[in-house]
Amino acid sequence: MAVALENAVGTEHAVRLEGLHKVFGAGRQAVTALDGIDLAVRPGEFVCLVGASGCGKTTLLNLIAGLEQPTSGRITLTTSRPAVMFQEHALMPWLTVNRNIELPLRLAGVGRAERAARVTELLSLVRLEGTGRKRPHELSGGMRQRVALARSLASAIQGSADGKHALMLMDEPFSALDAITRDLLQAELLRVWRATGTAVVFVTHDVREAVRLGQRVVLLSSRPGRVVDEWDVNGLTGADELVAVDTIGAKLREVISTHAAA
Amino acid sequence: MPRLDQDTKDDKGTEHVPTEATAEEVDGAIGGLDALDAPNAGPQRSRARRIGAAVLPPIGAAILFVAVWQAVWATAWLPEHQLPSPGTIAEVFWGLVETGQVWEFLWTSVHRAVIGFVIALGIATPLGLLLARVKLVRAAIGPLVSGLQSLPSVAWVPAAVIWFGLTDTTIYMVVLLGAVPSIANGLVAGIDQIPPILPRVGKVMGAGTFANARHILLPAALPGYLAGMKQGWAFSWRSLMAAELIASSPELGDGLGQFLHNGMSLFDMPMVITGIILILFVGVGIELLVFAPVEKITLNARGLRKN
Ligand SMILES: Nc1ncnc2c1ncn2[C@@H]1O[C@H](COP(=O)(O)OP(=O)(O)OP(=O)(O)O)[C@@H](O)[C@H]1O
Ligand SMILES: [Mg+2]
Repeated sequence: MAVALENAVGTEHAVRLEGLHKVFGAGRQAVTALDGIDLAVRPGEFVCLVGASGCGKTTLLNLIAGLEQPTSGRITLTTSRPAVMFQEHALMPWLTVNRNIELPLRLAGVGRAERAARVTELLSLVRLEGTGRKRPHELSGGMRQRVALARSLASAIQGSADGKHALMLMDEPFSALDAITRDLLQAELLRVWRATGTAVVFVTHDVREAVRLGQRVVLLSSRPGRVVDEWDVNGLTGADELVAVDTIGAKLREVISTHAAA
Repeated sequence: MPRLDQDTKDDKGTEHVPTEATAEEVDGAIGGLDALDAPNAGPQRSRARRIGAAVLPPIGAAILFVAVWQAVWATAWLPEHQLPSPGTIAEVFWGLVETGQVWEFLWTSVHRAVIGFVIALGIATPLGLLLARVKLVRAAIGPLVSGLQSLPSVAWVPAAVIWFGLTDTTIYMVVLLGAVPSIANGLVAGIDQIPPILPRVGKVMGAGTFANARHILLPAALPGYLAGMKQGWAFSWRSLMAAELIASSPELGDGLGQFLHNGMSLFDMPMVITGIILILFVGVGIELLVFAPVEKITLNARGLRKN
């Protein structure tokens, strides 16, 4: 597969977070979003972050993406610049599907012919052949999400061109979709992940989705956000998978109810 | 509820080890969903009818206006030298066309306005970007630039005449002072309305300051920027007329403003009315021929217009 990402470097961590703190605001209105997060993601690993609403999942991704600076702690990235898929599709409304997907390549100065070839590949990867000349507003919500997926893949692949590992940060990318489309896109994502070997940090509040997609599920508590627990859910199927969903779900409810008590 | 659970269980069994068959199924299912979901364009009205609907009402209004004018003139309510008949105006206008003078007036004024507008665009664009993105610049001169927008640019004519005399520089100066604030404010408004997520997308893709301005900010702000340009054009044209009317001198050549000025000096009402109509036509014409189509294309491309 031409879009495969080489794992050229044998580093142990794709991302490493050590004692990460993030406080918004100052003085009496200060909000501690993250309070000492330690987390390491191996190259090519698929990690799902779950946690209640407002526990700092988006903040964590923004820190890794470099959109915010940590109040204290350290972030080590051995990967290329992470590709980010935001919760909203965040497509440029004035660009066609083709142009949206190739935007990261244009910004990186890739030539026209190569861009066109990549876009064709990515479009077929997300099964959107023939929509390249449409604009985002002419697409359905699910199609837009797939274009956003293709764009973040373009950006991941571009990043890995220098022989580093790729990393994708995904913030509840499928939460706004109907159940069937979500099912299909989850399958797409797994397929692409297997084909490309990029590391993925995937934020969701849907435990079922986390267990289905991830190799590892990390549970965050809220106010302040800390890592509460984590589970290895790699390759679980059938009854094992359901058990894992129940266990993690129970723990999540427990964490949320302690918030309610506090 | 139990049936739903059953379905998802079945899914789970196959999903973790996708086979060719599931991939095809997925294809089919996605295609089906897309066909259902994608908004459809709806029936289009025929081209002739659309053009008719756009052109006929204003023509009708113009005919009605001329008819009322003719009727008022026929009552001889005002003396002829104050209210000439539409026919007299047509004669004066036709005289200008026959001698070719009308083209000279139009050329002199329109090319000045266009040059002034282009220079204004060149100044207002970086100014607008700075105002929108640099807090200090906005705090320092933001209020001044919005304030200048409400200052009639005629007010600059005396100052410009004292600085530069009766020259082209004076005229361009007045045009710029009229147009630059509108265009810059339009761009600022356009940028302020950009969803904050878009510049962040640019940033995570590694766009620097200039790439961000070129690929994200300017195109995202285009609707507001265009609105500013449209207003900027109107202000350029108005300011130019004011400047030509006040700072009229033989060295400056004959534009529409001078024509109007001459009409006033000669107490020639038909000339004055012809001048006003020509000025109105140019302003409306450029708006309809240049800005309206560009705006329409821009908004359509973003799905911001419902037809
Ligand atoms: N820019 C900001 N200024 C002040 N507080 C903020 C800011 N961004 C986030 N917060 C606070 O930090 C906490 C974590 O927010 P974050 O958006 O990371 O939550 P989340 O886990 O992504 O929630 P959700 O699942 O609802 O998306 C929240 O309490 C939020 O109010
Ligand atoms: Mg969030």
